[in-house]
Amino acid sequence: MSATTHKEPNYMGVFWWLLILTILEIGVIYLPIAKIAIVIMLIALAISKAALVALYFMHLKFERITLGAVALSPFVLCVFLILMLLPDIFPH
Amino acid sequence: MTDAVTMPAGAEPAESPLTPENWGKLGMWLFLAGDAMSFGGLIVGYGILRHASKTWPVPSEVLGINLTAFMTFLLIVSSVWMVLSLSAIQKGDLPRFKKFLGLTILGGLVFLGCQAYEWTHLITHTLPEHKLSFSKDLFATTFFVLTGFHGMHVTGGVIYNACVLAAVLRGRYGAKHVEIAGLYWHFVDLVWILIFTFVYLI
Repeated sequence: MSATTHKEPNYMGVFWWLLILTILEIGVIYLPIAKIAIVIMLIALAISKAALVALYFMHLKFERITLGAVALSPFVLCVFLILMLLPDIFPH
Repeated sequence: MTDAVTMPAGAEPAESPLTPENWGKLGMWLFLAGDAMSFGGLIVGYGILRHASKTWPVPSEVLGINLTAFMTFLLIVSSVWMVLSLSAIQKGDLPRFKKFLGLTILGGLVFLGCQAYEWTHLITHTLPEHKLSFSKDLFATTFFVLTGFHGMHVTGGVIYNACVLAAVLRGRYGAKHVEIAGLYWHFVDLVWILIFTFVYLI
């Protein structure tokens, strides 16, 4: 098969987004709001940054669905692990 | 019986909707998925231990975030250098490829230097000041296990990238190999993004 044939992503655009999201993350921890709101915002920002790296730098956006399934499998297993450990995390 | 293996005219024997564009790339993705499960297990374990602990220091107050914010910036920039090196070799621009892959390797080495400094400072100053130790406190144990496991990956990535650079210069590797090495390096960056958030910021 041939090498990658998709149009080259705007790498510098992705870089600026990653930089902005990182600065936002550092700013968020100093916000005078509830801790849980800060945690949710930080997790959302981290997932956004990870998705940008995977989709554009790792070219997942332009790959076949097989690779997407392979890439997502660890997250499914992590969710499974958390669900299995819930009784231990929140004991009655 | 030979009818069973006869392929329709015009179809490549190995081709199917699941066939990857590049087998090496699929192999790297499978490895990374396994590696992500290791990191995932460690991060989930960290979260559960932290949730169950009665006391847990505020990470940003003990660890500080100025240096690690710089380290995060460094890994993001090195990821950009990595994709620019791939872009260069795909266009046949060898000098530009050498420059950007060299910078990627340098970025990894500076990251490791920062981590060595951070660990030394924590072990000799910060942890004793907060009466914390690697062997007795889960805060310190989980920190060193997670960042150490990631640091080993960065070390492996620096060696891998250096080997790819040497192989390209000797004419043995091409763009395909650089793309596969890039997947590993971006994965290391992606994991650090998560570690920075979960271990330092939250």
